[in-house]
Amino acid sequence: MTRIARCVWISAGLLALIGSVIAADGQRVVAVGGAVTEIAFALGKGGSVVASDTTSTYPETAAKMTKIGYMRSLAAEGVLSLRPDLVLATAEAGPANVLGQLRNAGVKVEVLPATHTFENLRDNVRLAATAFNVEADGSKLIGSLDREWRDTRRDVAALPGAPRVLFILAHAANRLLVAGTGTGADAMIRYAGGVNALADVQGYKPLSGEALVQAAPDVILITAEGITALGGPEKVWELPGVSLTPAGQHQRLVAMDAQYLLGFGPRLPRATLELARRLRAG
Amino acid sequence: MSALNPSVNGALPGLHRIPVGRLLLPTLAIALLACALFALCTGAYSLGAKQVVVLLLAKLGLVQTDAVSMQDNAVLFSLRLPRVVFGILVGAGLGACGAALQGLFRNPLADPTLIGVMSGAGLAAATVIVLGAVWIHGLSRILGPFTLPLAAFLGGLAATTLVYRVATSEGRSPVALMLLAGIAVNAIAEAGIGLFTYLADDQQLRNLSAWRLGSVAGPGWRELSVVAPVVVLSVAALMRMAKPLNALVLGEAPAGHLGVDVQSLKRRVIVLTALCTGAVTAYCGMIFFVGLMAPHMVRLVCGSDNRLVLPGGALLGALLIVVADTVARTLVAPAELPIGVLTALLGAPFFIALLLRNRREWGM
Repeated sequence: MTRIARCVWISAGLLALIGSVIAADGQRVVAVGGAVTEIAFALGKGGSVVASDTTSTYPETAAKMTKIGYMRSLAAEGVLSLRPDLVLATAEAGPANVLGQLRNAGVKVEVLPATHTFENLRDNVRLAATAFNVEADGSKLIGSLDREWRDTRRDVAALPGAPRVLFILAHAANRLLVAGTGTGADAMIRYAGGVNALADVQGYKPLSGEALVQAAPDVILITAEGITALGGPEKVWELPGVSLTPAGQHQRLVAMDAQYLLGFGPRLPRATLELARRLRAG
Repeated sequence: MSALNPSVNGALPGLHRIPVGRLLLPTLAIALLACALFALCTGAYSLGAKQVVVLLLAKLGLVQTDAVSMQDNAVLFSLRLPRVVFGILVGAGLGACGAALQGLFRNPLADPTLIGVMSGAGLAAATVIVLGAVWIHGLSRILGPFTLPLAAFLGGLAATTLVYRVATSEGRSPVALMLLAGIAVNAIAEAGIGLFTYLADDQQLRNLSAWRLGSVAGPGWRELSVVAPVVVLSVAALMRMAKPLNALVLGEAPAGHLGVDVQSLKRRVIVLTALCTGAVTAYCGMIFFVGLMAPHMVRLVCGSDNRLVLPGGALLGALLIVVADTVARTLVAPAELPIGVLTALLGAPFFIALLLRNRREWGM
């Protein structure tokens, strides 16, 4: 009996201790940007995130939490209404004056750079871990990402060939853009051992049928959201010029979730390997 | 008067309704004040009327309070207050400019957006946003915060002058000609803005598109210290044009006989509207419809005496913007809607209803 009682007391004490740790750590964080939110969750700090932006679609908890709107059109008062201690934002977040207004209101604003490299992901994990005061967990996460990335690079290098890939950005059916160099899609294609079919174009540019035929991609890469916007995968082949390309003749289409493919968050190694395999499949 | 020009009767449908007019300006002023106070007490952040009053009194040094949180203070004095003040400036500026342009062109469709002042200012602002860092770097270093409003002013001035030159022959500006000239200027400006959209990098593109949707959230006190004097002075100057604009209704020659220097009046109205619209547009982006709607609503209620339409248009414009902005920032909190969308959504149906009720009187 006494032993059971002691166990109960000890567990109660432990629970109280854990509770007080959580309370002391009751940091309220607003995460802005899909990759930033994913990093927060990967660091085990998802519980501190009280709101995120509309690009934060992973994990599911993040997708379902309070939304502060699109990351580029934040509203200062709206963010402040959530009483955050910390706003952890991607460099793409804005407008800049809103971030300034948040700082003036005494909120710590930590901005994580957003370039399309694995090194940037590592840096961001370290910055986020520092902001959350969990440097040890940050190092652990970086370590496991490094291992995963090394394996991914090795596996990608072992895959045969270098397919020419064209990425189509379709937010709405009437406005299609294709990815040139300097874009996240371009970086992903190259990480996956492919060749960007539009490497001589800078940034996202409107789609021209002729330029498309000239680019002669073997595979069309698109986001799952793009497929929805177009109204189905078969619509891709109806876009001007697409049916005349090698990709069109062999009906080679790869569609991936936008945040997974272009987020450059902790799922980057996995997304890279999946893309590399699917670009070469059947 | 009507013996001089028979069309005057058609243009002044409600001059007999002066009693309404006498009440109009005080009513609008009180309503504007009430809405502004309401706007100050409303928002995503929970800061209610009681706290706002305490904070305001504390700021004025009338009350000693130690329970003021830094965040409450920041929300009220660096977010809400500048926003409401800027909203009033934007609305008053656009309303007054709309009223003055309608008087100058002597037709009811003149408006800072329709005749291209706003898109002219917009094109200039887009130029500064996209090319600013590269081409006019030295210039913007000298001019500082004045670069954007100054560019917008010059763009607006160029657009208005062009429309006026094209649309006016032998001292008259027929509606169709003016609108077509406005459409042409708008098309040029749109093309220019489109070109800059193409040239812009990612960040500039976001700035451009946010700016085109319109918002009164941007400016802080520093920007307001540039915009406020420009808008206040030009609106005040436009108010003094009421009598000469009333005379202009009769036609340029009769107005001249009544002692109005018509050419100088035209020049002053064009410069003042470009100045005011430019300053406002530079910071709030494109806010459609208020410049057209506010003076019309006043006119439909109390006739087209410019002594009422000019100040009434300014007050009502300010009221519309403040209300629209309050809705914009609370409807989808903690996110925000673009205000340009709301001014059109809230204003247009009301305007259509007014038009339908009064269309016989208008004879259109």
